[in-house]
Amino acid sequence: MRTILYLIRKEFIQIFRDKFLGRAIFAIPIVQMLILVPAVTFEIKEVNLCVVDKDLSTESRELVSKLVGSTFFKVRHATFSEREANDLLHRNKCDLILQIPAGFGKDIGKGTPTKLMASANAINAMNAQLSWAYLNGVIIDYNMNLLAREIGSRTFTAIPQIEVTNRYWYNEMLNYNFYMQPGILGILVLAIGFILAGLNLVKEKEIGTIEQMNVTPVKKYQFILSKIIPFLIIGLIDLALGIIIGKLVFNVPFVGSMGLLFLCSTVFLIAVLGLALLISTFSGTQQQFMFTGFFFMIIFILMSGIFTPLESMPDWAQKIDLLNPVVYIMRINRMVMLKGSTLYDIRTEFLALVLFAIATTTLAVNRYRKTA
Amino acid sequence: MKRLLVFVKKEFLHIFRDFRTMVILFLIPGALILLFGFVVSTDLKNATVSFLDLSNDEMTQKLSDKICSSGFFKRGENLKSFQDIDPALRGNKIKAVIIFEKDFSAKLISEGKATVNIITDGSEPNMATMATNYISAIVADFNSELAGGGKAAALRVQPEVRMFYNPSLKSQHMFVPGVITLIMILICALMTSITITREKEFGTMEALLVSPLKPIQIILGKIVPYFILSLVDVIIILLLSRYVFDLPVKGSVVLLLAEAMLYILMSLSLGILISTVSKTMQQAIFISLVGMMLPTVLLSGFIYPIENMPKAYDWVSAIMPPRYFIIIIKNVMIKGTGFLYVWKETLILTLFTLGAIGLSMRKFNIRLQ
Repeated sequence: MRTILYLIRKEFIQIFRDKFLGRAIFAIPIVQMLILVPAVTFEIKEVNLCVVDKDLSTESRELVSKLVGSTFFKVRHATFSEREANDLLHRNKCDLILQIPAGFGKDIGKGTPTKLMASANAINAMNAQLSWAYLNGVIIDYNMNLLAREIGSRTFTAIPQIEVTNRYWYNEMLNYNFYMQPGILGILVLAIGFILAGLNLVKEKEIGTIEQMNVTPVKKYQFILSKIIPFLIIGLIDLALGIIIGKLVFNVPFVGSMGLLFLCSTVFLIAVLGLALLISTFSGTQQQFMFTGFFFMIIFILMSGIFTPLESMPDWAQKIDLLNPVVYIMRINRMVMLKGSTLYDIRTEFLALVLFAIATTTLAVNRYRKTA
Repeated sequence: MKRLLVFVKKEFLHIFRDFRTMVILFLIPGALILLFGFVVSTDLKNATVSFLDLSNDEMTQKLSDKICSSGFFKRGENLKSFQDIDPALRGNKIKAVIIFEKDFSAKLISEGKATVNIITDGSEPNMATMATNYISAIVADFNSELAGGGKAAALRVQPEVRMFYNPSLKSQHMFVPGVITLIMILICALMTSITITREKEFGTMEALLVSPLKPIQIILGKIVPYFILSLVDVIIILLLSRYVFDLPVKGSVVLLLAEAMLYILMSLSLGILISTVSKTMQQAIFISLVGMMLPTVLLSGFIYPIENMPKAYDWVSAIMPPRYFIIIIKNVMIKGTGFLYVWKETLILTLFTLGAIGLSMRKFNIRLQ
């Protein structure tokens, strides 16, 4: 036990002797959280609309003014030439073009169906579909008005209607900060622990100081533990800082138990630190570790469900994802912080992390050879 | 010139000697492209929903079947009472609860009105809004079926839409440019940032400094090999997107490659800058991995479009080079526009490159301490 304590002290001295790293370990997560959390929203703020009104009748103007009046559309440009409109779309000056053909008003007057053309920039398919849905909504509304005017109220028989009401639980206002903060916090804690711990061991190998360690009576498990515990402590401090920032700056609610979150994060950190050490036992140089680590990390993160829904992934990928520790901590962070889930609710995730932690640390201890 | 070539050859030997790193360098872009192509997507698919059916009649059966057969939703465990909702959502087993009120069909027939209540898990706002919107749309569809489908024919103004640049609404159009942008800057910065620090840390820098090589030659010699490797990476991604995802380069390939070279050069000089600033490899890796990965993923407009971000982020992302490259690559690759549409972004990238090279030249010490 005393041996481990001495070793841990040595690690801390080494880490904080590097003035830059000592500060960066805490500064980077704080800065990144402050900048990145509010960045993400998925709603479209406004759609820049370009109107090509070739009709210029009362009817077409009525439709355009309806669009101007909606909070969703900004009518940025109005032109008569299709060419110019397409060019605006090309240059990203507008997202959506609405073309009203000549004779639009006349057709409506006569009661013959008439067409409208919309062109959307669909590189971002989701945005395009959404803005098209909104435009369609305005047009349907316009149609209904036409119909109502024509028929008056006389033939209005009651058509059975199912009404939809909805509520968002745990985050009534759909504040995206509440969604991003636990996720980004998880990634930062992961990245810092993973990289620092892995680099640390591999650096000793590369410089050759590991030889000195190997000739001491320090046992394999003691050595690995002394490489895990300092970074575990640093990771937990970062976590605490992150939670404080979340509370103070973004007012992210913390519904669940703080102790439970820290317990889960501890297990998670042990699991990833073990993995980092395992990878570094396979690597000869810091460069090798860096690229292998980068490869694992980016795939873990992108498949973790922090940015995209897990359910949308194909079945085989969801199976592979069972081996991705980041999935579990993302879920746990959000569930405990926002929904107040208890240990019983997250028992599967928690167990998975425990298994992970046991597996990676045992493997790391086993793989570490005292003989060079 | 000959000196430079010899130096470049030495750097190449360094790189090729480390076989595993080489393999990973080529594996990362391929893996990411396939990941985004086949695995990760932002669409709603198979979200589990539970029903709390308080009337359990023919109408609610029909509607719930319609919702579950849409392909967007999967039927989860049926709930019995309001008390079941919270545990179900808290356990993360389901994404939404759909509640049919009591005497649903009776009310629908006698009063002409019945209510469906949707409760979604707001801790995932995106999922929650999508699920709500899709369920509402399905109910609206059901409504018009109830009305006899006569309403659609009565529509006077029929809108038609053309989805420009991406008629089949494929998500590849977003992620292929995104992956190129992300991977290039991270890999390039990572690779070059440690080359100079390694020489410093191992003391071999001294040998380089006493050689007749000028600082600019050392920097160039460090850049050239990685430049070639990165270009191969870009070509791998473009080939994958052409032959696996059927997404060809619409504009000029030459222009695209030229812009990619500029971007690679920019990223490499950024790496050099990082390496001249940091003292140890650990620092360099920490800056380029922990410091750059998350901001690049989030702020380059790759997963989350910049247009949707709060106004202030226009300024924040203005100093992020990936933002400009993503505009260029989308224009040239997907819209098929020419240089005239991207000259501004190209100019900005050039300035970034010159700035990074200039700064690293100034920071590059020819004395050790």
